Amino acid sequence: MNLNNGKGSMSTASSSAAWKAGDVVPDQFPAGLRVLVVDDDPTCLMILEKMLRTCLYEVTKCNRAETALSLLRENKNGYDIVISDVHMPDMDGFKLLEHIGLEMDLPVIMMSADDGKNVVMKGVTHGACDYLIKPVRIEALKNIWQHVVRKKKNEWKDFEQSGSVEEGDRQQKQSEDADYSSSANEGNWRNSKKRKDEEEEAEERDDTSTLKKPRVVWSVELHQQFVAAVNQLGIDKAVPKKILELMNVPGLTRENVASHLQKYRLYLRRLSGVSQHQNNLTNSFISPQDATYGPLSSLNGLDLQTLAATGQLPAQSLATLQAAGLGRSAVKSRMPMPIVDQRNLFSFENPKLRFGEGQQQLSSSKPMNLLHGIPTTMEPKQLANLHHSAQSLGSMNMQVNAHGGQGGQGDSLLMQMNQSQARGQILNESTGSHVPTLTSSMGQPVLSNTVVGGVLARNCLAENGRGTRYNPVSHSSSMLNFPLNSTAELSGNSFPLGSGPGISGLTSKGTFQEEVNSEIKGSVGFMPSYDIFSDLNQHKSHDWELHNVGMTFNDSHQNNSLQSNLDVGTSVLSHQGFSSTQRTGQNRNISAVGKPMFTAGDTTDHVNAQNVGPINTFFTDNSVRVKSEFVPDASCETNLFPEQFGQEDLMSALLKQQQGGVAPAENEFDFDGYPLDNIPV
Amino acid sequence: MTTACKGFLDEQFLQLEELQDDANPNFVEEVVTLYYRDSARLILNIEQALERNPLDFNKLDSLMHQFKGSSSSIGAKKVKAECTLFREYCRAGNGEGCIRTFQQLKKEYATLKKKLEAYFQLARQVGPAETACRPK
Repeated sequence: MNLNNGKGSMSTASSSAAWKAGDVVPDQFPAGLRVLVVDDDPTCLMILEKMLRTCLYEVTKCNRAETALSLLRENKNGYDIVISDVHMPDMDGFKLLEHIGLEMDLPVIMMSADDGKNVVMKGVTHGACDYLIKPVRIEALKNIWQHVVRKKKNEWKDFEQSGSVEEGDRQQKQSEDADYSSSANEGNWRNSKKRKDEEEEAEERDDTSTLKKPRVVWSVELHQQFVAAVNQLGIDKAVPKKILELMNVPGLTRENVASHLQKYRLYLRRLSGVSQHQNNLTNSFISPQDATYGPLSSLNGLDLQTLAATGQLPAQSLATLQAAGLGRSAVKSRMPMPIVDQRNLFSFENPKLRFGEGQQQLSSSKPMNLLHGIPTTMEPKQLANLHHSAQSLGSMNMQVNAHGGQGGQGDSLLMQMNQSQARGQILNESTGSHVPTLTSSMGQPVLSNTVVGGVLARNCLAENGRGTRYNPVSHSSSMLNFPLNSTAELSGNSFPLGSGPGISGLTSKGTFQEEVNSEIKGSVGFMPSYDIFSDLNQHKSHDWELHNVGMTFNDSHQNNSLQSNLDVGTSVLSHQGFSSTQRTGQNRNISAVGKPMFTAGDTTDHVNAQNVGPINTFFTDNSVRVKSEFVPDASCETNLFPEQFGQEDLMSALLKQQQGGVAPAENEFDFDGYPLDNIPV
Repeated sequence: MTTACKGFLDEQFLQLEELQDDANPNFVEEVVTLYYRDSARLILNIEQALERNPLDFNKLDSLMHQFKGSSSSIGAKKVKAECTLFREYCRAGNGEGCIRTFQQLKKEYATLKKKLEAYFQLARQVGPAETACRPK
């Protein structure tokens, strides 16, 4: 069957690590499929292992979710698929599922003796690609390879849709790979494959993460188009098909729109939740919030922006800041205290960042705290996506903000954002001067996600170019993250926040899958998180939250600065999202998260900072949550963010969410308890 | 599956037997041994939980869920049925029913263990070729 052929070519061409690793002999597919099976029951584990071996798969078994995660993290491309039990003592199977989705984006199959509808539904909403009822029969295991193939196929397709089209014919050789996909998609596949490769390369080049999946990049413009379409239809009546028609973007599929819409809705929902919290984005961002980070928004907004502006801030820093601001929810503290550093960043950065805005509030050094919550571990992958451009940053910011609102959920989103930011640091480039300073100063460790910092920086940068508005926020956020890596990392998304008003367009990317380069444009600080998310994609559920949050900023800030913030935020967010896992690698994660908030406008920028806080929490736990959320609520349209808000609201929303119960599953954020002010470095 | 075990084991046990091959000639016995060792711990936990007052049904349900999963993976049919009944009592908050069911469950569990031990002994005596020819 074609499959074999496809596989062969797939293995060579596809980015999937699995094949690249050369573990599988293409022609023998699915033999050699590398499966990781996780179950605390030794009897089941033994039986499953034997069954999988009989299917000629390469099996690795572990009886603890934590072990599984570390195995996956250490060897990113070492596995093709994961099978996990639902009930495990050390971690809920769904949480593990979310983490894997966010960080590694591998297909995950859940299994349980429990066949209740609710549990199975939970599997679906958390993104499991299948659900097996125990006792598992070998026949059920024989076909699990289909999930691996399907995922790759979808990635290509997404990639193809993404706005960032990289050159195109590289992958011609892969066209044959498309054979096995449905004929209808062949064309897509080819293109997407090309893109995917492109993307992969770019990602690899860009950043440490090895994100291999192509995603639709929701650039700021694209997002704006999307939001315009949604607003035109009315948020309640906005259905993907109609939105697609209104947008009239060639190459965009209904699925892309649908997933983006989901994110956007979550984002809006978050905003509505968040808006209650923070009313003032201004300054709070920088102000040293006490350990719990109170409203990150203030901090976030300012600092992040500045950071973002400078573009230097590694996405991670932002994330850290955000996390800090967010109040660091259970993050595991992966993030090194970037907060402390961030502060520095902010302080000096602020002056620099002032891009056009007077507001730079960044001067307040606090911001770093924001990132606390943000999971710094952005996935490298995501970061890679980030590089897509400054836009992503913007989006990221937004996203971040969005998360804030969502509270917790955003983890993944944040992460993505961060990542995207990190990746996208494109912004840096644009602004040039600012950014560099940031990064250097930043040093903030905050998030291991250096990427985040970068991203933020990028975001800021992008903004700067745009308008006066702000980027500062973004910078700050980036600051937070940056420390870790060089700000430039922000590669990826940088979302060009678009100086325009309101990011509205940003509607979170929702499933990170796309690289949203969102330009956060309009919205204030919201980080176009969605870009980030898209990068992160897979985090799907998580991302949304963040994105959405950011997006709402639009209203409030229209100031330019916001945009930058947004970017930052997103990056932060993205980072956050990832952070949990990434820590090791990427550090990027968190930074993004925190940030989105700050970009919101000048005054509101602070919001970012504040938002960050919640974002962290958001992310930390969220990984799990986000996924399930999807939500369609969209009714929030909210403009929750009153002018300033943006970030604050987000942050608060995020915080709320986090507190809501997000169990910190593995947030790597480490942000716990960092007071905004004192970000212990 | 020997007729002696009829009713006590279901198709899942057959699956295990099918997995047994030259590379793992004692696979089924290994799995069953592992099951009895691991489930002994679960049974102890359930017993302890049943001694508490008042009974924590959620905890009991959760423990039994684990036990059921394990038992079903080796095809322990009757034991599994008792697990299901136990969980129903938990959901109904019926402590008496839980305790009664658990006693029955332990009986089935012990009976199955004896039967399987005898089965493996027989299989060893008869030799791998014979056991491999078991009708499916």
